[in-house]
Amino acid sequence: MSEAATHHEHDHHDHHPSGISRWLTTTNHKDIGTMYLIFSLIMFFIGGTMAMVIRAELFQPGLQFVDPQFFNSMTTMHALVMIFGAVMPAWTGFANWMIPMMIGAPDMALPRLNNWSFWILPFAFTLLLSTVFMPGGGPAGGWTMYPPLVLQTGAAFPFLIFAVHFMGASSIAGAINIIATVFNMRAPGMTLMKLPLFVWTWIITAFLLIASIPVLAGAVTMLLTDKFFGTAFFSAAGGGDPVMFQHIFWFFGHPEVYILILPAFGIVSAIIPTFARKPLFGYASMVYASAAIAFLSFIVWAHHMFTVGMPLAGELFFMYTTVLIAVPTGVKVFNWVATMWQSSMTFETPMLFAIAFLVLFTIGGFSGLMLGVTPVDFQYHDTYFVVAHFHYVLVTGAVYALMAGTYFWLPKWTGHMYDEGLGKLHFWLSTISVNVLFFPQHFLGLAGMPRRIPDYSVQFADFNMVSSIGGFVFGLSQLLFVVVVVKCVKGGAKATDQVWEGAHGLEWTLSSPPPYHSFNTPPDPATIEGGMR
Amino acid sequence: MTFSKFSNPWRKIALTSAILGLPGTAMAEWGLNLPRGVTPYSNTVYDLHMLILGVCVVVGIVVFGLILYSIIAFRKSAGAKAAQWHESTKVEILWTLIPFMILIGMAVPATHALIMMENVSNADMTIKVTGYQWKWHYQYLDEGINFFSTIANDSNMARQLKSGVDPNTVPNYLLEVDNHLVVPVGKKIRFLTTAGDVIHAWWVPALGWKRDAIPGYINESWAEIQTPGTYRGQCAELCGKDHGFMPIVVDALSAEDYAAWIAKTKAATQHADADAVVPAAAVAQQ
Repeated sequence: MSEAATHHEHDHHDHHPSGISRWLTTTNHKDIGTMYLIFSLIMFFIGGTMAMVIRAELFQPGLQFVDPQFFNSMTTMHALVMIFGAVMPAWTGFANWMIPMMIGAPDMALPRLNNWSFWILPFAFTLLLSTVFMPGGGPAGGWTMYPPLVLQTGAAFPFLIFAVHFMGASSIAGAINIIATVFNMRAPGMTLMKLPLFVWTWIITAFLLIASIPVLAGAVTMLLTDKFFGTAFFSAAGGGDPVMFQHIFWFFGHPEVYILILPAFGIVSAIIPTFARKPLFGYASMVYASAAIAFLSFIVWAHHMFTVGMPLAGELFFMYTTVLIAVPTGVKVFNWVATMWQSSMTFETPMLFAIAFLVLFTIGGFSGLMLGVTPVDFQYHDTYFVVAHFHYVLVTGAVYALMAGTYFWLPKWTGHMYDEGLGKLHFWLSTISVNVLFFPQHFLGLAGMPRRIPDYSVQFADFNMVSSIGGFVFGLSQLLFVVVVVKCVKGGAKATDQVWEGAHGLEWTLSSPPPYHSFNTPPDPATIEGGMR
Repeated sequence: MTFSKFSNPWRKIALTSAILGLPGTAMAEWGLNLPRGVTPYSNTVYDLHMLILGVCVVVGIVVFGLILYSIIAFRKSAGAKAAQWHESTKVEILWTLIPFMILIGMAVPATHALIMMENVSNADMTIKVTGYQWKWHYQYLDEGINFFSTIANDSNMARQLKSGVDPNTVPNYLLEVDNHLVVPVGKKIRFLTTAGDVIHAWWVPALGWKRDAIPGYINESWAEIQTPGTYRGQCAELCGKDHGFMPIVVDALSAEDYAAWIAKTKAATQHADADAVVPAAAVAQQ
């Protein structure tokens, strides 16, 4: 691989503002990526604290700590913070840091829009989080905001709606930026079918965002006008329809969950081949499967509403399309396993998280398949079985891929190796406790425990106690992650350019850390030809 | 009779799940599995659940087994050398088609079950269920009986924040109400669900289904309870602060006992007007 052009670049534009000014005005994709990732980590702990309140209250039957209204605001805010404040900004942070480097581009296509996309988020979350301190408390109608209940929200209501609008605008702008960058700024020789899978999954995610977030914006705007401007979109008494909200919301909501997981697929597709020292099996199939998942994600939404009273034909249609998503998802899982087959594996922390993802996300996929079968969903819907399902796919799925990606690329970002012993300790503590936390919730749901309740009947006590203990250990274990990250930023063994023996990709041809402005001149096409698979 | 001679898909499912799922019923008693319930539909749902769970477990064992094997056999530290092959169209087609066939195998009994659930015709009686914040209202459309059903007082006192009452000392904590819904066994009961304020959902696991109770909508469901007994459930759609505190209790009585209950209840509420359903106090809380 040719290193001459990248290593001996003299960066003539090294003078950038320092201090607060630098971070407020930066248009550099690495700076903006860093800000997204730090913001996401802070939000992860805020959302995690809310989860700790929930698990503390559910530790035993009876109400010990919080009243039911506050509990409902915790479940609502926990979801909003984790989805819109932790996972989505984290993916955007990874996209910012990695996509330009992966395609041999100097930066994102729209750098000023990029800055603005980030800074909307702290503003939006200040709006949202401040509602906890308002009279009536934070929104407590679920992150799904179903009317008529959500219209009973007090002073927090307009803040909720505006926060959602701002978060959505940030995502749309970020998505536009990513599409423009990947379609226009790839280095010569970097054809679409040579792109790392992380870039592919982000392209697809970006299209999902552009198609779905405006629908969410429409839905919450109709909530706003129903509350303040005399409309009756969702009020039966006024000639409207509460179920219409659910259709509109979930038309956004289902693509949203694929937005949350597709970049994770891309990261796992980078990590497993690296630590297996073997090319990803079935690259083209992986691209097509990701696209198939995205297409199908638009025609399954009503599986979130099976109990609403749909006509039989609707229930059948959505059941068939929903279970069909198992096919391309299964293809991806089989391709990852095939990558590991007859490989030569080592098990550094990124690989541990990636393998755990493979197993645990698949468990989440199985419960998802069960939920997709309408007649049985009549028992599972709105129980802890659903809670178990989505936490498996979101925590041991998306969050694990985020951790894996962080460990994988930290040496590149910082120039230092992270502490491998601490990383492995973080992994094992997390993995054991996360299963203690969420696996029993399958049983709770099957045994009949509804979701979104602050107190429960005594036959559910044992598994709730077990789950809460898992939750406390899992929560505390994440402090280790912060220690690893901070320690790595401050210092550590010097990282080489390639960092990992099996690493392939343009980012590994740059120094660790890379120059503030990398690929001011495009990489040599021979580099792309030589080492991309 | 060999397995393949079961032309009725239900028999195949029942036999398979009986064999594979012998521990399933025991697991339900430990709070690990879905209960069978007491209606034909709940049993159908249980069998379908065990079938799909069985498929998932088998696929899981195969896939996780391959992963575990790989981790052990293909370690660099054990001297494994990496092959470099990385595609095979034949294999991709195979592992696309085989899962697709498995899904069709699941979709067929699932379709039958759904058609069974949605067939509300020829009911013997109708009960209208209305959800309110935070209680249920029941109206026997054929009998002229109606009443509210609210969480029992001892549960309600015990569940208050820092009440100091141990929930284990309260019988059927959070699952007891003042007025039970009394129904006959062996009759097809049509349930109409609606709501007076926000969306609720009526769910008794032993019957095998839940249905949303939505203001402005009337949803139809049915159940035919086969075993006399008391069956408890809860609201299953977030409806505000006391969503967790509006339980449901169904008493399924023999035909004679039910007739006696009807007569007694009608006599006791002679002055109640069965058509005056809407209570005065169904006002949304701000």
